[in-house]
Amino acid sequence: MANGPVHDHARPSERDVWITGIGIVSNLGEGRPAHLAALDGDSASQVDTDTFAPYPVHPAVPLEWGKQIPKKADQRQMENWQKLGVYAAGLALDDAGLARDNPLRQDMHMIVSAGGGERDYAVDGQILSGIAGAENPDAFLNERLMSDLRPTLFLAQLSNLLAGNIAIVHGVTGASRTFMGEEQAGVDAVRVAHARISAGQGDIFLVGGAYNAERPDALLIYELGGYLWTEHYASVWDRPGEGGGFILGSGAAFLVLEAREHALARGATPLSVLRTVASSQPRRHPGSVGSSVEKLWSEGAKGFRGIGGAVFSGATGIAGITEEERGSLTKLVPQIPVHATGDLFGNTLEAQFPLGLALATTALEAGRLHQAVVTSVGHKRGEGVALLEAVPNGGRAV
Amino acid sequence: MTTTASPTLDRFGRPLVAITGAGIVTSLGRGKADNWAALTEGRSGVHGITRFDTSNLRTTIAATVDFLPDALSSAPVLSERLAVLAAEEAIGQAGIGSLPANGAAGVFPGALFLAVPPVEMEWPQRIALARASGRTEAVSYADLLRAAASGAFTEWHDLFLFGTVADRLADRFGVSGSPISLSTACSSGATAIQLGVEAIRRGETQAALAIGTDGSVHVEALVRFSLLSALSTNNAEPERASRPFSKNRDGFVMGEGAGALVLENYDAAVARGAAILGFVAGCGEHGDGFHRTRTSPDGAPAIAAIRQAIDDAGLTPDDIDYVNAHGTSTPENDKMEAMACAAVFGERVSQVPISSNKSMVGHTLSAAGAVEAVFSLLTLLNGRLPPTINYEVPDPAIALDVVPNTARDAAVTRVLSNSFGFGGQNTCLVLASEPSA
Repeated sequence: MANGPVHDHARPSERDVWITGIGIVSNLGEGRPAHLAALDGDSASQVDTDTFAPYPVHPAVPLEWGKQIPKKADQRQMENWQKLGVYAAGLALDDAGLARDNPLRQDMHMIVSAGGGERDYAVDGQILSGIAGAENPDAFLNERLMSDLRPTLFLAQLSNLLAGNIAIVHGVTGASRTFMGEEQAGVDAVRVAHARISAGQGDIFLVGGAYNAERPDALLIYELGGYLWTEHYASVWDRPGEGGGFILGSGAAFLVLEAREHALARGATPLSVLRTVASSQPRRHPGSVGSSVEKLWSEGAKGFRGIGGAVFSGATGIAGITEEERGSLTKLVPQIPVHATGDLFGNTLEAQFPLGLALATTALEAGRLHQAVVTSVGHKRGEGVALLEAVPNGGRAV
Repeated sequence: MTTTASPTLDRFGRPLVAITGAGIVTSLGRGKADNWAALTEGRSGVHGITRFDTSNLRTTIAATVDFLPDALSSAPVLSERLAVLAAEEAIGQAGIGSLPANGAAGVFPGALFLAVPPVEMEWPQRIALARASGRTEAVSYADLLRAAASGAFTEWHDLFLFGTVADRLADRFGVSGSPISLSTACSSGATAIQLGVEAIRRGETQAALAIGTDGSVHVEALVRFSLLSALSTNNAEPERASRPFSKNRDGFVMGEGAGALVLENYDAAVARGAAILGFVAGCGEHGDGFHRTRTSPDGAPAIAAIRQAIDDAGLTPDDIDYVNAHGTSTPENDKMEAMACAAVFGERVSQVPISSNKSMVGHTLSAAGAVEAVFSLLTLLNGRLPPTINYEVPDPAIALDVVPNTARDAAVTRVLSNSFGFGGQNTCLVLASEPSA
């Protein structure tokens, strides 16, 4: 059984969920206009093939951190994955019209999808260089860690400290929960926030994730599994024929999800309607991804009418699962444009699904689309589908 | 399954959330019976670390789980094993679905919420990759990447993904839907239970398996807490090192373990004839934007979380019989927690017994909220309060009945269990023997 919407007569009436703010940062730039330009084909994604050769990465656009993280002391306490997330969260809050002194921030709930990291590469290198020749390797390791590790590095590594830093920097303190687990963590963060708002378990949520690909330790985990693409740049759809693989990407996206009534009461402008989110994680075998996507579509995207719609696929480019997803989409919606968010952002793991939703919302808000479906097929596990719609009359007469 | 004509709802009109199974593993042993016996005897699970060499370390003690020798290769391996043991006990007691048997996966008709330590590559693997690279001088991550590209270490990819432990548990126990791996630092275990309660209340699932697990006492994890001056350095007397609420408390002791609860929609549990052990009556949480490791000096977020849990249970502070404290034994936490309790319970605070399991099992970190929820349930079921051991030098600033050193019989029907964590996490649960009217 998938965690799709349940039609239970005992349930309280479901409430509409609006997206009233988005914050988006990637190799394409920051904010909605930069990403709309990419969708319109006016800008192309950036790939850095040198810094971590032979592994290309999609680097984050250089940001003026101080615009969203005013205190230098706060910036110093974070590593880049956290800074990207805190920056994007600030953009989302601004976009939703929630100024720094707005008391709503103190009651907002957060669900953040996060990994962790980062390492002190110099310290790790020195230990790995010295340990082979050490008389007592264990004692050497202990001594070096005790004297060389920066005490506050731990706080730049802990998964829940992205949320913690958003609380500190932006004053979002209602509550926070951090979901872990690569691509699927991003799907489930959005699904649970949507379900809670829909069922009246909260009115306004900040949801999203961040990933920094410009880290050799991050590359290392994926190279261990043989997942990294090292050939000339190719679309994710074209990679399976050459063995498959993904390019890691740096990026972050946060969304303000809000009950329709709540947004109306405070006069917020909706950007899109998040209709449904469904996720599932069946055991993988040949064919399982295709049938999972089709099943989730029947639960989460059955309201997709097609005309004026597009699919934003989170396909990774991994052989097998990428063709299965594409095959299912072709079967389900043969005439509909399918954008691969992996071509635009690379694989940003925990941030990929929030980035897909933010991009779809950008297109919906700009009037480019009436409906959008965002999919996720994790490189190792988990599938998700969300349906978004444009706000009728731009939300003015609802 | 038949649907009852009129669902049993709490005073807010939500389905009641019953506990029908519980399981636990800590340094005190395997299972509820052994743990409860040790806990109420006031036995400590803290000891000198033998898992790794402790020379040059400031703290050399922990409440590690050492009786699973084949599961000590890395934190995710041990965390998974601990979670499996706790979940098997909980599901077996609940008699729901079927446990894995004869090589076949189990069937658990509900969702999985897993509090699990953030996963990372550890030193043995880094060192092995460096060795495989053939490089001995000026080793960098480029060398590790080259070794990784050989394809000789592929199983470490999955081992060090954040979602793997939950995925393996989901497979083994046959849970429904997409399993959630979560971290709210030291309140993670309570958050797992809270997520399960919410999913049942909104009718998304009839049952949830909520687990908190932590088997992450490895050298760098210990060093990190040590560098933040968070750990006790009373290495000479391990059993006496964790001293919550005492004046001479000097930090927490890292612990390992797992706690698991089977949560069910009350009506569904009754309909299948399950024995009801208790209820999760209320959950509360509040963030804190004051500091990354320190709590707001006025305790406001912790106070808000406690009040919200009691409100959510439809109760007032006067209805709480006992508090299962977060009680880490750090100077700051225990002072703040005492202050928060005083603010919530008012003049009655000195009459509400409050004790810390961490005096015996250490701080089981990601597991703590779940481990302590299981102990809270056992407190309700047995009518006996586990003590706070090592309470010899009272702190005059903390005027609490900490159930010093010796367990005590008491009629308890409602327990508040507190969990607070780095990153401004405050999560509290109210467990009750009977649903509140």
